[in-house]
Amino acid sequence: MNNIDLIVNETTAVKLDQLEFADTVGNIYADDAKMTIRGANVFYGEKQAIHNVSLDLAKNQVTALIGPSGCGKSTFLRCLNRMNDTIDTCRITGELMLDNENIYAKALDPVLLRARVGMVFQKPNPFPKSIYDNVAYGARIHGLTNNKAELDEIVETSLQKAGLFNEVKDRLKDPGTGLSGGQQQRLCIARTIAVSPEVILMDEPASALDPIATAIIEELIDELKNKYTIAIVTHSMQQAARVSQHTAYFHMGKLVEMGKTEDIFTRPSHKLTENYITGRFG
Amino acid sequence: MTITKNTDNPSGFTQKLHLDKHISKRFNEELEQVRTLVMNMGKLVEQQVNDGLTSVLTADAKLAEKVIERDQKVNAMELEIDEYCTHILARRQPAASDLRLLVSVIKSITDLERMGDEAVKFGRNAIKLARGNFAEEEGARPLVELKHLGKHVSESVHKALTAYAQMDVEAALEIIKNDDIVDEEFDNISRLLVTKMMENPREIKNALRVTWCARALERIGDHTTNLCEYIVYLVEGKDVRHGNMNQINLNNKSK
Repeated sequence: MNNIDLIVNETTAVKLDQLEFADTVGNIYADDAKMTIRGANVFYGEKQAIHNVSLDLAKNQVTALIGPSGCGKSTFLRCLNRMNDTIDTCRITGELMLDNENIYAKALDPVLLRARVGMVFQKPNPFPKSIYDNVAYGARIHGLTNNKAELDEIVETSLQKAGLFNEVKDRLKDPGTGLSGGQQQRLCIARTIAVSPEVILMDEPASALDPIATAIIEELIDELKNKYTIAIVTHSMQQAARVSQHTAYFHMGKLVEMGKTEDIFTRPSHKLTENYITGRFG
Repeated sequence: MTITKNTDNPSGFTQKLHLDKHISKRFNEELEQVRTLVMNMGKLVEQQVNDGLTSVLTADAKLAEKVIERDQKVNAMELEIDEYCTHILARRQPAASDLRLLVSVIKSITDLERMGDEAVKFGRNAIKLARGNFAEEEGARPLVELKHLGKHVSESVHKALTAYAQMDVEAALEIIKNDDIVDEEFDNISRLLVTKMMENPREIKNALRVTWCARALERIGDHTTNLCEYIVYLVEGKDVRHGNMNQINLNNKSK
């Protein structure tokens, strides 16, 4: 595969009439990549939702996927732990590698993959169970332990890593659905962490939360990146600018530009990126 | 603050930066207003520099007084634009070219204000020079040199403001390069005045006043260079301060 073609030198001027079909500008490569995606295409039946997307997710860093509604950023995110497998008409081509292992290989069990690549959704979706059981659930079904003391340990450390333990330690038997929205989202993050994933995918994790709960989640993402590789889809450009080290801009199913977050938000190379992040109509 | 709506007839500046293409029309207007305010401040500072210089060259104490008085207007404009930019930053969280516009404006007005301060120095020295007869006798030659330097700096200021209005990076780079000429001419005047002082120690006071005026011109030249550097940053997103021209030159070659 000719990956070099995907890279256009930062300084190359992009002409306006070429924008629609231009390849990705900026830099898609990471020095230390946890996941490498090369030439990914996603089809829903006849319709192609993702066109030839290649990028790296840098290890222990946060990569933000931004773009207008319907640009394919959520679809792309869901490919990364095979969430799209549940859709019959969905077909995916290209190389999607996790540590040099093709995640769409026949021999790979998607359930095990999803333990390694966890996901947090837009709306907090705790199980209708106790706080304790919500976190312990994954560890139980993956058979991580049968020992009660070990399970307690997993639940406690996961809740601590999610910054929730001190708020719920006296009511672990209470239903998870009784928590506030921000707490529920952190409970879902704890549930994801409990199975010791390597990558965490977040699909607008804070869009249903108030500014304080959002700030807590963002702070948490910043801490989590020390242990996990994170990809986050967000509609809030300020959030992408705040939490991520790398930003990828999607437009109509294509990856238009990718680069360091500080560069994307101060001097984007591509006109479409510029128009989107500055709120101009393109 | 009143917002003048002139989105019907966008300037070259507006078109080049697509300032009128935001989804929020109000944001378009705010950025256009910032730009207009800076241009107005620039015009006033240019006038201050020119009037200040004229007051020295013609020993016009009245004009000098006017320049000193008008500096308050320059200061007030700096405060007004500063505050307006702060409001936009707080409310809009601008990014990319919008962000670069505001950063460059906030820095530009500091330089413009200092240029205004230098113009006041002309005024102060002009009043003192007007009391003596320096211009007629001993000072004739130095003042001719000062006029020469002044013409060069004044042109640079005008060109820089035009480059700013038209977002003309090429013109800005040209002005940056030409600042060396100002420095050379400043050295020439200094040498001449030192000679005058040695020849006629009674005129040291006045000769020093002319030296300070030349120094003020040299400083105005430096501030003008800064303005041009902000233009490059605004348009290209590249930092060419402190003689860091390499990236611009390299990029031009690769195109």
